Amino acid sequence: MAEKQLMQGNVAVAKGAIDAGCRYYFGYPITPQNDIPEYLSAALPAVGGVFVQAESELASINMVLGASAAGGLAMTSSSGPGISLMQEGLSYLAGSELPAVVVNITRSGPGLGGIAPTQGDYNQATKGGGHGDYRLIVLAPNSVQEMYDLAGEAFRLSYSYRNPAMILADAILGQMKEPVQLSIPVDPPGEGSWVLSGAKNRKPRLVKSLFLKDGEMTVHNLKLKEKYDQLKAKEVKVEVDCPPNCSLVLVSFGSCSRIVRTAVDRARKRGYPVGLVRPITLYPFPEAAVREAAENADRVLVVEMNTGQMVDDVKLACGNPGNVSFKGYPGGSVPTPEEIEAEIYGILEGGLQACQQ
Amino acid sequence: MSAIAEKKVFSTPQVLKDNVYHFCPGCHHGLVHRLAAEALDDYNLATSAVGVIGVGCGVFLYDYLAIDCCEAPHGRAPAVAAGIKRTNPGAFVFTYQGDGDLAAIGTSEIIHAANRGEQITVIFVNNSVYGMTGGQMAPTTLPGQKTTTTPAGRSPLNDGHPVNMAEIIAILPGTAYSARVSCHNLKGIRTARKAMHRAFQAQVEKRGFALIELLSACPTNWRMTPQQSLQRMEDEMIPAYPLGTYKDF
Amino acid sequence: MGRVTVKEERCKGCGYCIEACSSANLYLDRDKRNKSGYSVASFKDDEQCSGCALCAEVCPDVALEVYR
Repeated sequence: MAEKQLMQGNVAVAKGAIDAGCRYYFGYPITPQNDIPEYLSAALPAVGGVFVQAESELASINMVLGASAAGGLAMTSSSGPGISLMQEGLSYLAGSELPAVVVNITRSGPGLGGIAPTQGDYNQATKGGGHGDYRLIVLAPNSVQEMYDLAGEAFRLSYSYRNPAMILADAILGQMKEPVQLSIPVDPPGEGSWVLSGAKNRKPRLVKSLFLKDGEMTVHNLKLKEKYDQLKAKEVKVEVDCPPNCSLVLVSFGSCSRIVRTAVDRARKRGYPVGLVRPITLYPFPEAAVREAAENADRVLVVEMNTGQMVDDVKLACGNPGNVSFKGYPGGSVPTPEEIEAEIYGILEGGLQACQQ
Repeated sequence: MSAIAEKKVFSTPQVLKDNVYHFCPGCHHGLVHRLAAEALDDYNLATSAVGVIGVGCGVFLYDYLAIDCCEAPHGRAPAVAAGIKRTNPGAFVFTYQGDGDLAAIGTSEIIHAANRGEQITVIFVNNSVYGMTGGQMAPTTLPGQKTTTTPAGRSPLNDGHPVNMAEIIAILPGTAYSARVSCHNLKGIRTARKAMHRAFQAQVEKRGFALIELLSACPTNWRMTPQQSLQRMEDEMIPAYPLGTYKDF
Repeated sequence: MGRVTVKEERCKGCGYCIEACSSANLYLDRDKRNKSGYSVASFKDDEQCSGCALCAEVCPDVALEVYR
């Protein structure tokens, strides 16, 4: 068993990447994720890897594309505005079927926004962001342990499905320290069938996303869809904790789900049978788990640190969207457990009496 | 045939495929492909080369050269190439970029790749116009040159000035080699072949970043015959884009 | 003495080779068109060709092979 360490979230995701075999990092500084490149600038060379501070996020993501085309397990990290600049490259990575991992320690936006914790990039992450008919694999940790673990999982999924993967977290998860149980590091995988290394003793290979001939693009899009269908069928990760006779199920992800967890536990102590569904993969979205939980509860409450993004996916998953309420905390306004408790009691009793007892 | 055995004195480079070029009559892309193919053959690089292709008329390079290739987003080829080279330093990595790709949308990537001294070779085709999109103004379009977006001719006041990339790249410390050559006549082509070899040699010998800028004709979008195009290159392009080696390791 | 062969399907009739040839051994055959519809360069074998290969050097379409 590997050791246990007290780690900061940003360092944990970086360490998790190295322990998963990542050897190539290209990035550009932006708050609140700078601990990631700072850590990797020393840690990667120490394991024979490569760290390059690029001139922009555009360059970063395209260096990642090149490294991935050459067979390296490669990653970058950024935040809001930088992730926006990377959308072009993410689209090309998906179109070219190259693995890559991108960590987004979000900022509140739009625009330059603020650096406080937010979940305003849910739609950008899960609904594309770049052009074309593709999906990003999106993982949402809610602890420093998961920052570490899901970094490895992101590489596994990205490499297996030859599709870029994103870890969507925020400043709470990036900055806080928690104990982390480390895994035994694994070696980078062997050479993939796409790897460009010079056409020696084999036919030349081509990494591309341009398909101009009649029908070619359709065939490619359907091939990509088949992968997304496989992801939906096999790779959904979700935490479900719903009591029997659940009157209200809360749905929340990431750092916000930690606060919701506290509120749910407190409500249960007061005798309210409330449940919690926490999507860990935001894409593929845990539709079946959300539907089942919603069907077994009277009401659904979605809590997000934005003005309402994942709630659309919850409504799509539920048989009865009219039962779905939303409470949002945008722009860096992190809720307290008490505020969420008040929401719970408000929905269940139509008032705040229980909370004020 | 004479009794003395006949010898082939000019043949197609080995690495060049049989596929017929899609380029227009008189376009120099095909010639630049051939010069690159000759250098790949001469340095025995066909089995270690990775070509990174920018967006433009050169995007189908992989149809013509039997080597590993990677498409790059518009302008980003130097970043993609840097990623490949850093991951596999044993590969011979070159980019093939047009003037819009390298001197407009990709200026940031080309400058910083040169400045970091990335061990890559950049083949830059300057024909002073956007070819693939149908003849719009390029950053390298000459003052007064008519294009589909400068119907009255490029006005420096409104549209800015031509960009001289070979000179700009040469002043960066990471650059090992930077030269501008021309495809417009035999002498130019022979100089271009030597420069192409030198730009390849720079990477083979790990000297640093290398760029070769090739002045080329685009008769279709210049609305000229191939012969008029060669004349225009001599009369108008070369005075604005002086030929020469601006940095040599 | 030299000889030039034209890969007709590669040739687009730009005429660069014709201008490069000092012995006027190449001409554009207006009656002959390749599959793409281009008039193609043709070699006139009158024993004047020196096999200098200048024509092939300037050919942008790699359509010529030269023997000597």
